[in-house]
Amino acid sequence: MNKKRLRIILLAGGTVLIILGSALDEAASVYAKAARICLECIGIG
Amino acid sequence: MNRKLVQYISALLSNANLNGFLSGRIYQGASKHVCVPGLNCYSCPAAIGACPLGSLQTILASSQYTISYYVTGTLLLFGVFMGRFICGWLCPFGLIQELLNKLPSLTLIIPRWAGYIKYLILIIFVLLLPVFFVNSLGMGDPSFCKYICPAGTLEGGIPLLASHQDLRDAAGSLFLIKLLILIMVVIFSVISFRPFCKIICPLGAIYGLFNPISMYRFQVDPVKCIGCGTCAQNCKMGVAMYKEPDSWECIRCGDCRTGCPAGAITTTFQIGNEPIKNTN
Ligand code: SF4
Ligand code: SF4
Ligand code: SF4
Repeated sequence: MNKKRLRIILLAGGTVLIILGSALDEAASVYAKAARICLECIGIG
Repeated sequence: MNRKLVQYISALLSNANLNGFLSGRIYQGASKHVCVPGLNCYSCPAAIGACPLGSLQTILASSQYTISYYVTGTLLLFGVFMGRFICGWLCPFGLIQELLNKLPSLTLIIPRWAGYIKYLILIIFVLLLPVFFVNSLGMGDPSFCKYICPAGTLEGGIPLLASHQDLRDAAGSLFLIKLLILIMVVIFSVISFRPFCKIICPLGAIYGLFNPISMYRFQVDPVKCIGCGTCAQNCKMGVAMYKEPDSWECIRCGDCRTGCPAGAITTTFQIGNEPIKNTN
């Protein structure tokens, strides 16, 4: 497959995945983790 | 463009809540829904965005999801636009290692094969353990964050433990292991260039895969190139630009380009593959 076509497919795919993930509330899950102290990150959990 | 300046601005933009260091509290604004491109711990009190690597593991480890569409999509877009330009120009943890490397010291050369270790770490600690090493509720751990990540220890662990007695009381052997890893990364960063990026970082491993197809990339004009190898000598990541412009290890820092005596190396940002213009 030529690289131009691959880039277009990946850009479109990435955008679709972000929309799909947001619809499944994944962004909220990311926020829930990022807005509290992550015990694993700091070496306690 | 001055790369150092861009690195400082990016580190500051990712960590704009400087007040958090004084209050010891994590930023809770809406921007934490969104991943920043580089490795920047969301448990850093100054961080205003989410770490893409931590977010990926969190979603994979939860019992609710089997794949992370949101974070995978974000990484795809970052990768296709920029590849490892993110490492060279935008990642705060890359900047920290570069600053440490400015200290006078012996020089340790890291062999190229060591670069494959980060792909093993990506597969085991980021993709497999969070999904398959689960408790009775079906929940796993963000294993790279938990057992390895020195960025988490430096940016989150140290400032938060410094300001919270209860967290200091809770710190045990896991914290000591992570602290030891951080100390090793600091020492090796003084004596070699970006050892964490070269050997360990799963995020750099992911972005490296995009280098051959990213819209921002380097090109070597075969007509102008005299094959002198100056680019390879100037590269602190061990890349021979004139032979492998799409190398997974290239962080697009541009040192090879500015040092090329023939002016054969150019950058491009495009969706198609236009042939290199010969300006002679
Ligand atoms: S511990 Fe490391 S990988 Fe995990 S969220 Fe923090 S910086 Fe990201
Ligand atoms: S390899 Fe990892 S730590 Fe290094 S610059 Fe890239 S994302 Fe940042
Ligand atoms: S090949 Fe050039 S742009 Fe890539 S890391 Fe080496 S010096 Fe930097």
